Amino acid sequence: MEPLSNKRKVIEQKPLNFLERAYLPAIIQGLAITMKHFFRKPVTISYPEEKREFSENFRGMHSLKRDEDGRERCTACGLCALSCPAEAITMIAAERQLGEENLYREEKYAAVYEINMLRCIFCGLCEEACPKEAIYLDGDIVPADYLRKDFIYGKDKLVEAPLNQ
Amino acid sequence: MELTDIIVKFILVFIIFAISLVIAMYSTYAERKIAAFFQDRIGPNRAGPWGIFQPLADGGKMFLKEEIIPTNASGFLFIAGPSLAIMTACIGSAVIPWGQKLTIGSHVIDLQVADINVGVLYIFGVVSLGVYGVMIGGWASNNKYSLLGAIRAASQNISYEISMGLSIIALLMVTGTLSLRQIAEQQHGWHWNILYQPVGFLLFIVCAFAETNRTPFDLPECETELVGGYHTEYSSMKLGFYLFSEYINMFISSAVMATLYWGGYNYPGMDWVLAHTGPAIGPLIGTAVLFAKIFLFIFFFMWVRWTIPRFRYDQLMDLGWKILIPLAIANIVITGIVITLIK
Repeated sequence: MEPLSNKRKVIEQKPLNFLERAYLPAIIQGLAITMKHFFRKPVTISYPEEKREFSENFRGMHSLKRDEDGRERCTACGLCALSCPAEAITMIAAERQLGEENLYREEKYAAVYEINMLRCIFCGLCEEACPKEAIYLDGDIVPADYLRKDFIYGKDKLVEAPLNQ
Repeated sequence: MELTDIIVKFILVFIIFAISLVIAMYSTYAERKIAAFFQDRIGPNRAGPWGIFQPLADGGKMFLKEEIIPTNASGFLFIAGPSLAIMTACIGSAVIPWGQKLTIGSHVIDLQVADINVGVLYIFGVVSLGVYGVMIGGWASNNKYSLLGAIRAASQNISYEISMGLSIIALLMVTGTLSLRQIAEQQHGWHWNILYQPVGFLLFIVCAFAETNRTPFDLPECETELVGGYHTEYSSMKLGFYLFSEYINMFISSAVMATLYWGGYNYPGMDWVLAHTGPAIGPLIGTAVLFAKIFLFIFFFMWVRWTIPRFRYDQLMDLGWKILIPLAIANIVITGIVITLIK
């Protein structure tokens, strides 16, 4: 066939010469290469004692943020759940009662907020959708567990620790 | 033979057995650690400091695993296989001289279990028995992969034993004796046989790799083609025995190579050291030197394993029959001519 491009290269197949057939020079060369690696610093990172640094834009476990007064920012608008392509987020909204102003910033808040970490694909669309800057994927890697039900994270695991405690 | 001599021999046998088993045990650890270093990794480091209890953990695991004997396996031979493998691996150490004669008070202790005048021949006999363990085990498993592995092991060992024997003949022409003790004594100081038989040593070490089934000649247990090779059906400590016998074989063949070619317990300046430390301590330094050589050889075995890939089967046979055997015969002829000319 006519070559379609000028990139074709005919590979010459020469029979091995004597030194190549004797294996020994190549073996000695190989031994030298492995010996060089013997004294090289290991590249292993001994997880969990050592951890690799996350990149700037790493998306890990979600956290629900509080404002500067320690009140939950989330107003249970549902935009995060709507934007979620994996349908991992569910929530139940509730109305703020009198005397709860120090707990929730808006008049409506999420009484239940659950993320199924097995469904979540860590795309960060919830983060982008949130109008209240309430959810960020700035946590660690989601830890392993034994049961599927234990991967549904509620507010106890997601909400940031209160400021003054 | 007096009673004290018998007791001393028993103690010596016990010590050598213990040492070869401990070395085999820690060879598994060394292998994993060295493999890790060659691949820029750390290796086992969880069991104890630097992972030095790893072999104990592995051994404990081996003992606790379920023991499976396949229904269609030949019961007696299935058990005889690994037993034979480890037994032949262990008895090879009997004729190796571990040091010069030790003098404690009026007692002269020979650091060699049996000083027989056909030591080299004995080693060969034991080595060629070693293949029976593999063959019987592979055949008794009643499994095609095991059988293929066993056949490979048998043909490989027989092919390489020939060139190993031929390479030794050239050495025997130089030494003029089959006794390992005398061969070791002849290499006093720095008169090591490697200086007279470099090609013979090269042939011998290649064959030693093949006889111990180490990479690049580990076709009997070629995982990519034969699942596990001859020990596919084995589990628990019977598998452990097979793996263990490989490491003991490695230790013994390192000791044989050190004794035959690299001076055994001899080292330059040994007379001066012997005169200054006395006959009770001096020979032990020689033993330490011998063990240093053995460890270097074991390291070399592992170094090669983590460097080169496995041979293809036809390459293996080509190398054995078309290169090593002619080379060994040429070595004999040239050695003979040189000896005749010098005389």
